[in-house]
Amino acid sequence: MTVAPTNTRKYGTITFGTLAPWIVCAVLLLTLPLIFGDRGEITIMSQMAIMIVFALAYNMLLGQGGMLSFGHAVYVGMGSFLCLHVMNSASFSSIPVPVLPLLGGLFGLGIAMIIGSFSTRSAGTVFAMITLGIGELMAACVLIIVVFFGGEEGISSDRTEGMPFFGVEFFTHIEAFYVIAFWLLVSSVLMYLFSRTPVGRMANAVRDNPERAQFLGYSARWVRYVSFSASGFFCGIAGGLSAILFEIATESDLNVGASGIILLIVFLGGVGVFWGPALGAIIFILLQTVLGLQTHLWELYVGVIFVCMVMFFPGGIAGLIVAHGVAMSLGKLNLLIRPYLTCVLPGIMGALGLCGLVEMIFHLREAATGEYEMTLFWTDLNTHNFWPWLIFGGIALGGALIARNQTPVLKEAWAEANTIEITSVGEPT
Amino acid sequence: MDLVLVNLIDGLVFGLLLFMLSSGLTLIFSMMGVLNFAHASFYMLGAYFGYQISTVLGLGFIGGLIVAPVIVGVAGAAIERYGLRRVHQYGHVPELIFTFGLALLIQEMVKLFWGQNQIPYFEPSYLDFALFSVGDNAIKAYKVFMIFISLLIFGGLLYVLTKTRIGMIIQAALSYPQTVEALGHNVPFVFMGVFGVGSALAGIAGVIAGPALGTFPGMAFTLGSIVFVTIVVGGLGSLWGALVASLLIGWMTTFAASYNIEMSSILQGIGFIKPEDLSESAFQDLWTLTLPQIGPILPYLLMVLILVFRPQGLLGKRES
Repeated sequence: MTVAPTNTRKYGTITFGTLAPWIVCAVLLLTLPLIFGDRGEITIMSQMAIMIVFALAYNMLLGQGGMLSFGHAVYVGMGSFLCLHVMNSASFSSIPVPVLPLLGGLFGLGIAMIIGSFSTRSAGTVFAMITLGIGELMAACVLIIVVFFGGEEGISSDRTEGMPFFGVEFFTHIEAFYVIAFWLLVSSVLMYLFSRTPVGRMANAVRDNPERAQFLGYSARWVRYVSFSASGFFCGIAGGLSAILFEIATESDLNVGASGIILLIVFLGGVGVFWGPALGAIIFILLQTVLGLQTHLWELYVGVIFVCMVMFFPGGIAGLIVAHGVAMSLGKLNLLIRPYLTCVLPGIMGALGLCGLVEMIFHLREAATGEYEMTLFWTDLNTHNFWPWLIFGGIALGGALIARNQTPVLKEAWAEANTIEITSVGEPT
Repeated sequence: MDLVLVNLIDGLVFGLLLFMLSSGLTLIFSMMGVLNFAHASFYMLGAYFGYQISTVLGLGFIGGLIVAPVIVGVAGAAIERYGLRRVHQYGHVPELIFTFGLALLIQEMVKLFWGQNQIPYFEPSYLDFALFSVGDNAIKAYKVFMIFISLLIFGGLLYVLTKTRIGMIIQAALSYPQTVEALGHNVPFVFMGVFGVGSALAGIAGVIAGPALGTFPGMAFTLGSIVFVTIVVGGLGSLWGALVASLLIGWMTTFAASYNIEMSSILQGIGFIKPEDLSESAFQDLWTLTLPQIGPILPYLLMVLILVFRPQGLLGKRES
């Protein structure tokens, strides 16, 4: 009995198909500043790029290694502080700016190797608690050790004093953006390749079944240690990039709050897919900047989205997108359009109605006495009137009811779209 | 000597407060195997509901003390039933993340309804007097009241868990859920009840601690991480461990905050010479370090040391 070769292509071969996404990313990074050339827009894009590096590095632990860390901003912050000290030292005039993130990365790697030596002994709750403790300790140390961390005001510096890099002195934001974009591309490629190495694969195995991995002769602790250190390295790079962009680092860059935000971003984006955290970072920064301009309550909305995501779609946004792959390959994606319109659209309407109510409650409490007028969804209304409450309440309730009513239809369509049609052969017609 | 006694009392108040939170959390942990990040949020909700009921609705402090924990307990049970039980199927890490998200969400909700600032929630006037004094230091009646309530709850909890039929079922359900279910008990309902009671305990802690420690949206996160430290140090799932660790951490932080021991005197005592100009020295922070400065991080230091050298905690039995 012979087994027919199912896949003749060797595993890991580089083809145009595997390179194409990276080329698209590189072209995008090169051209984006030409489209969004505004100073603020470039800063937002740089922030996104830094967050993507951080999120991907965090997902090396959470998604690929199954380790939940509550103190991962520490490595970013440490890389950032080190780079700022290098920028403030006399030898900065002989170091070009684009090399700085590498120094930050090596420092992050060093710190992660020290802390990982005892924290990676076990996964799960114990690991999460150790990282939380380390995170709190480090955040407190920032305020105590003034020599290295600069106390409350942090450490600040000036990137333009570095050695000119081919004549570029990084006076403008766009020059800094290209450095950040370069490191984003390099570190994402490296992280992707890491997830494809044997140790990256073993990290998945240890995540899913540590006992079995150990029976196969691998040390679960060693695998976790390698992932943890590598993640620390890339976090350090992100820290170096943030030092270049903001030229300042403070306690808020490495406290437990910053670590919580990255957990939120990564989970929102999707832990199961490599590019999920990157998507999460882009969406989160967009929400922060766009929604943050519109409402004071954006953190509440992000919190609600986050909790709903964990409860109903633990795969995150990327997981949702990937889940449509089966329907697409079966050519049945069009079956879903109608139920989406009849179920998801009213759902969104209902959610917006609820947002309106929440905004009015907020206005009632926050507005100065006697100030009843507010602008909501481009309409002026009086919060001390009965009608706005009734209308928004009606929209919220109606949307929720329709969405609930239509859910079985959506479920049915989803099941239908993911079923392979069995066409029987030779049956008389 | 007077200062020692005052610190002992203050530490006892804080330690017992921690125990009210950590006892519920550790019970919930041994039941579900997941640390509830939102536990301190229930404590915060307790304080806010207590304020709302006692001041705004005018039921008085005792009214808040009775009604607020009930509401918090029902909310906790509902969250277990409709939230956690759903997330449970995805595994432990999503559960932990869910409770973390919940903590964030509750904080934002509190900000929405009560605002960013500290709210005027004070101890009732009939408890606002000096009961006795140690040397020159007056001890407020409210502190004694807090100790009294905490001890009452501890006693009640111990009695219910060890002496009653319900306590037996809970203890059995913690170790052998399948067997208890086979004997005809509704184990998911027991779990929901324990979660609710644990939340209600946190709620009581909030009602009585709100006036003493301040009621503001950040109160959950400030105390929350200390509560984790407590149950990790005491040993996850161990009630006595939680008590020992709570008192230990309570006294540790109180004593550290009130004794101004300077690092420079210790360093000079061992024989180091203090440099003339501190601003030039690379170790200037080491020389200016004082005990009150590092007091707040001592619990975390203790936790990391415990996790490294005795991962099962002080009185814990299992590894993780």
